[in-house]
Amino acid sequence: MRYAMAVDTKKCVGCSDCVVACQTENDVPVGFCRDWVVEVTDGTYPQLETEIRSERCNHCDNSPCVRCCPTGASHYAEGGVVLVTHDECIGCGACIASCPYDARYPHPDGYVDKCTFCLHNRVEQGLDPACVSVCPTKCMYFGDLDDPNSPVSKVLKTRKFKTLIPEAGTKPQLYFLI
Amino acid sequence: MKSRRDFIKISALGLGATAVAAGSAQALFGSPLFGNKNGNTESGTPLRRTPTYCEICFWQCAGWVYKDGDGNIKKITGNDDDQHCNGRFCPRGTGGIGQYMDEDRIKTPLIRTKVNGKDTFKEASWDEALDFIANKMQQIKRDHGPECVALFTHGSGGAHMGHMLKAYGSGTIAAPSFAQCRGPREVGFLTTFGDIIYSPERIDIRDTRCMVLIGSHLGENMHNGQVQEMSDAIDKGATIITVDPRFSTAASKSKFWLPIKPATDLALLLSWINVLIENGWYDKEYVEKYTVGFDALKEHVKTFTPEWAYGITTIDPNIIRETAREMFNASPSVIINPGRHVTWYGDDTQRMRAVAILTALLGSWGRRGGYYKPEKLHLPNFPVPPFPEPQRKPTDAYKGIYPLANEVVANGLCDATIPSVDRECNLRAWIVNGTNLLAAFPNQKNTLAAIDALELLVVIDTMPIELTGYADVVLPECTYLERYDMIRNSGHRQPNIALRMPAAEPKYNTKPASWIAKELAGKLGLAAYFPWKDMEELLDWQFKELGTSLEEMKRIGVKNYPREVDDLYFTPGEDVVFNTTSGKIELYSSDMESEGFDPMPVYTPHEEPPEGFYRLNYGRAPMHTFSRTANNPNLTALMNENVLWVNPKVAKLWNLTAGQRVKLKNQDNVISTFSIKVRVTERIRWDSVYMVHGFGHNNTKLTRAHGRGINDTELITRVKVDPVMGGTGMRGNFVTFITEFNEDGKEAEA
Ligand code: SF4
Ligand code: SF4
Ligand code: SF4
Repeated sequence: MRYAMAVDTKKCVGCSDCVVACQTENDVPVGFCRDWVVEVTDGTYPQLETEIRSERCNHCDNSPCVRCCPTGASHYAEGGVVLVTHDECIGCGACIASCPYDARYPHPDGYVDKCTFCLHNRVEQGLDPACVSVCPTKCMYFGDLDDPNSPVSKVLKTRKFKTLIPEAGTKPQLYFLI
Repeated sequence: MKSRRDFIKISALGLGATAVAAGSAQALFGSPLFGNKNGNTESGTPLRRTPTYCEICFWQCAGWVYKDGDGNIKKITGNDDDQHCNGRFCPRGTGGIGQYMDEDRIKTPLIRTKVNGKDTFKEASWDEALDFIANKMQQIKRDHGPECVALFTHGSGGAHMGHMLKAYGSGTIAAPSFAQCRGPREVGFLTTFGDIIYSPERIDIRDTRCMVLIGSHLGENMHNGQVQEMSDAIDKGATIITVDPRFSTAASKSKFWLPIKPATDLALLLSWINVLIENGWYDKEYVEKYTVGFDALKEHVKTFTPEWAYGITTIDPNIIRETAREMFNASPSVIINPGRHVTWYGDDTQRMRAVAILTALLGSWGRRGGYYKPEKLHLPNFPVPPFPEPQRKPTDAYKGIYPLANEVVANGLCDATIPSVDRECNLRAWIVNGTNLLAAFPNQKNTLAAIDALELLVVIDTMPIELTGYADVVLPECTYLERYDMIRNSGHRQPNIALRMPAAEPKYNTKPASWIAKELAGKLGLAAYFPWKDMEELLDWQFKELGTSLEEMKRIGVKNYPREVDDLYFTPGEDVVFNTTSGKIELYSSDMESEGFDPMPVYTPHEEPPEGFYRLNYGRAPMHTFSRTANNPNLTALMNENVLWVNPKVAKLWNLTAGQRVKLKNQDNVISTFSIKVRVTERIRWDSVYMVHGFGHNNTKLTRAHGRGINDTELITRVKVDPVMGGTGMRGNFVTFITEFNEDGKEAEA
């Protein structure tokens, strides 16, 4: 099993509903976030292109954060999902520094937090992650890459896609449809 | 101007509006809902949910409020059966919990009083506050007649307050959503098709093959169902054509972006009409069967060629032809999106007429992928005595002007409040619910003059907005998550109803508008008009008339009904009688003509920015609904101020750098109270600047919103009123930058 997510940049309008839904679903304190929206504009008026994408932890196959965690709090869970065991985290911040995507934040309660792909609270119950299920443009696809019929497998078969900072060698599992 | 009505900051209380235990509300709802709120819950216990419909914007999506075992509200999600949201709320709705949590809410009733010659608010009990209002209202009724009390409303509370006001004898009720927003579009379509667009809009985006956005920035304005359906349409390969001087989010998703010169949209629309007719790219059978005035229209648009429009709009004539062809190819499944906020230049009804005419030529009204016919249930009213017949109609306040307005013109009522000798009745009292009129109306000076003339200003709101500072009485409404409201009965592809019920008791000493209206009516001797014990009794009665019950609705939240008439679209060859003077779609409008207006739209040039000035354009951000969300903790975490979009060429000229703060000065030398951060971006033309509306709040009690960004409304001092229906055109204002300024709002001496 290999969980992954794809975000369609042709449909995402940058509304940030995914950010708010994640906060309320996962008790992320106001002022912090596990996911965020990026806008990139190229060109000169009126020859322009703007890409908008919802970003989060890439649940990398080759995660620098897991490698550098001194306590083993950062680990791979079911389906390759990268998680932090709060009780084991000492809040040293090594993982925050090592993540090329800046996906982690220090939770005020003293541990490091980030996107969990909603593994325990939703995915294990057969639900989509909160961000995927709220998105008004339905631009996000989630599922198991080992299952050819999962929404994410299907959309990656038919669409062009990219990953972020592939040169970092992290093998990210968050795909952007372009 | 020294005013009787000094602005009072609610924070000036000294006492500190203390939280009053919410227990008093228990009796009001009388429901076992909260019975087990202290029951033990282990973590992991499934959350319980109650239905609501969202109040963060007018779209009113139906959803679920989830609570943990301790009764704490945790999250809000969409109801899968709801046609407004299809199970997905927009960011504002998802963040609606912040409105409930906001610690800056108004917490108890307040009455204006004088201490040592200075105006201040004193905390009051509900009894005191409502007695004060009732006495004043009785006095105004005796001295001037009940019609001199007006209600301005934007939101669900309006139904309750409106019922009270009608019982009192006044029909003077208006919503700024007409003349400050969508009015021109309704009148433009009414005069053409004999019917209006409604909310949610009757446009069939889901099945469209081509949608034109002209001045609508869908995706930044999160009209939920529309955004969702646009995304579906893109998936299905629909062509999106966006006309906008700014490279909007929608423009970035579009096959065609037409970077039009601001204020020239009507020229583009006319030339599209020209191209369709000259090339025979229109639905001949439809035009023949359903419309009148085609020959006159053909003659009228003869000279409006793409080359003519090029000189005005700066849009390449070939692109005008290509996009017209694209629309025709998709017809009748094509939508020229009528938008919502369309009060721009004062000739807006005419521009919307052009949109309606294009719609008719393409045969998309009454067709799949174009415009459908919504169906709505007839909602029976709980029996009450007949309302007294008002002696004066609300339109008497602006007699002889705005002849084609089909709803009450809110700014007409505002103007009629300023004493004038040639008016038989000036308005004496305003009750304002859920709208910050100082931000909704342009020309604040005018609004303040009207307020100054009032004998009574009652503001009913959840938050201390600018307007509350001018009130005689402030009534704290509880949020939508803490109350019942009227049944949401909306027209859609299928008729449907939704329930809002309290998920929690009202915090602080706040009350629902339904309770406020009933109590006030009691004090006015009008209890007979509110014969129900409480909202539960009223709702249950109505639901039973509709074949359901309060009990069932609490479980399902939303109920969809089959259509009574199978007329979502016209059937092929169907004979249709339109509700216009001729019974046909009027390309040539007889109503416009008989009122002395152009029967077919004519382009007139609008003012251009003077040297060194830029047109002030404003719009929406997806995570905010104007003032309503400006202090919401969840949503301000996403965006807590507006920024000023400036083209790099302009930035270079003025030596502006990204992130620098500037103030703005408009053509009438009005300087913004606060400053704004510059965003240097290629996404905007060099002749205009852009900001999101709804920021720059001046009430210090709004701890997250005060002083954040600029309030565009204070710079909109020049208003172009639409003579057809009274719309307040707001896009003819020009601003320049002030880079050196003092904190107090004055420009630094040069
Ligand atoms: S909710 Fe969807 S459309 Fe909105 S920002 Fe997130 S991914 Fe984009
Ligand atoms: S998958 Fe879950 S945790 Fe990750 S960003 Fe989405 S909602 Fe947040
Ligand atoms: S569109 Fe958003 S804010 Fe408006 S009613 Fe729906 S969820 Fe609420």
